[in-house]
Amino acid sequence: MTLTLDIEKPKEKSPVVAQTVFLGIGLALLILAPLFFYPVFLMKLLCFALFACAFNLLLGYTGLLSFGHAAFFGGAAYFTAHAVKEWGLPPELGILVGVAAAAFLGLIVGYLAIRRQGIYFAMITLALAQMFYFFCLQAEFTKGEDGIQSVPRGHLFGFIDLSQSTNMYYFVLGVFVIGVAIIWRIIHSPFGMILKSIRENETRAVSLGYSVRNYKLAAFVMSAALTGLAGGVKALVFQFATLTDVGWQMSGEVILMTLLGGIGTLIGPLFGAGLVVTLQNYLATSEFPVTIITGLVFMACVLVFRRGIVGEFYHSRLGRKLGFEHRQ
Amino acid sequence: MAAFLGQLLIGLINGSFYALLSLGLAIIFGLLRVINFAHGAQYMLGAFFAWLLLSYFGLGYWPALIVAPIAVGLVGAVIERTMLRRLYTLDPLYGLLFTFGLALTIEGTFRYLYGASGQPYATPAALAGGTNLGFMFLPVYRGWVIVFSLIVCIGTWLVIEKTKLGSYLRAATENPVLVQSFGINVPFLLTLTYALGAALAALAGVLAAPIYQVSPLMGSNIIIVVFAVVVVGGMGSIMGAIVTGYLLGVAEGLTKVFYPEASNIVIFVIMAIVLLIRPAGLFGRDA
Repeated sequence: MTLTLDIEKPKEKSPVVAQTVFLGIGLALLILAPLFFYPVFLMKLLCFALFACAFNLLLGYTGLLSFGHAAFFGGAAYFTAHAVKEWGLPPELGILVGVAAAAFLGLIVGYLAIRRQGIYFAMITLALAQMFYFFCLQAEFTKGEDGIQSVPRGHLFGFIDLSQSTNMYYFVLGVFVIGVAIIWRIIHSPFGMILKSIRENETRAVSLGYSVRNYKLAAFVMSAALTGLAGGVKALVFQFATLTDVGWQMSGEVILMTLLGGIGTLIGPLFGAGLVVTLQNYLATSEFPVTIITGLVFMACVLVFRRGIVGEFYHSRLGRKLGFEHRQ
Repeated sequence: MAAFLGQLLIGLINGSFYALLSLGLAIIFGLLRVINFAHGAQYMLGAFFAWLLLSYFGLGYWPALIVAPIAVGLVGAVIERTMLRRLYTLDPLYGLLFTFGLALTIEGTFRYLYGASGQPYATPAALAGGTNLGFMFLPVYRGWVIVFSLIVCIGTWLVIEKTKLGSYLRAATENPVLVQSFGINVPFLLTLTYALGAALAALAGVLAAPIYQVSPLMGSNIIIVVFAVVVVGGMGSIMGAIVTGYLLGVAEGLTKVFYPEASNIVIFVIMAIVLLIRPAGLFGRDA
């Protein structure tokens, strides 16, 4: 009965219209942004936003909390930087090397971590990422505490000079849009639906005949690869790769960005990353340590703001009126 | 041979800290279903309180060994009462995230106030010096740490397994609703458990103060290793947590003799192997 009622209920407003309008405004803002803001700041923001979106594919849509995503982000940064600087690869191939390395790392870490669930999953990913950190600290090619310095940005496809910051910005924006489009495609595919069913009720998904393990592993590798995309681009933007990007603090940061923006919302992490990166830039010049603020925001978010910025908007009267559905 | 025994000793000392910390984690997780990420920060707080007591109040090692754990336990009780308590009905991951934020806040504050470099803490006079065992030189303090932490671990195990209070704790772990309906104050038990876990971490911190330097970063360095220890041991058994702590400490120490480059990752490697062979952990009940 309820099913027929739902179908017959007249729709007040098509949600697609509102969403398209928002998407258009957002894209226009991002295209115009370099006119108003410092390009390197914007590029940093976009890299972290993509990182957080890729992380959210795992936390928000599969229900897996990875505490080790820095390994894929920083790992890809190292591999891209090495490929571009030492092997002389063009930037697009260098980034592909980073993505492949991150995906491979994701396969190993994911294969081990999905053997346990929930809390244990988080602890295992953290421990394995820490192991990778020690590897990076001791390995030859990562140059230890110095990191890989002065990485050339090179020419995209051989003719677009990326050392010009405007060119670089639109390249980063392009990568960001492609990355988010891939994530959108994944979560709206039948595969993505199965991921959500695992998030909602893993036992039920097993009983429906899905090999939950394989799906989890696939989601983990995809998330790691997209994280690698963000990490590789970041190495080109800043022209270095260091230990900071593989440390556990980075894994914590991306969790905060996702939590703050809204777990399980496609664009929430973009807002979370924007806030965190802005805050870091603001505090970088002051004496006050970022860690304290980060920690306090973390605690406050978990206690009273679990839906996050975008999640709260979707849940608000206006959000629901515009047709954004959000199930927690 | 001397190098072998020396590293074995260092392994046992590290193992003592792993055992004390994973014991506290296991007790808290058993009842609260929260992985206490702030455990490392509470360990650091214990060491720092000992250092502060000495520097500002002239209270030495022995009073600190009692005062610091009580102080950290009280702080833990306040945090549990005011904040952590609200998260019990949610997904356990939120407890992990909350305590992670707490750890960052505590660590950041101490780093801000006292800088990132370590502060030395003198070995108490009664335990200074060392004895020659014939085959090796044993600093008395290190021997004390191994013996004392073993006593604390076994004492805690006895309290949980053999006393009335321990039986309430174990019953509340199995079925809190039923235990509450028998008229036992379960919310108070939860507060007590978190305070006890935090106090154990602080006790380990005081013990560590004369061996390692007292630094705001000492907690986050050790907590990730302890997480790996807990994954290897499985948190279902208190004794399992203790035994795994010592075993992995020794394994780490011995790796330093045979293959020093791998000594800081050997515990993670062991964790990976255990996950492949026995995913539930050596003493784990839950899959």
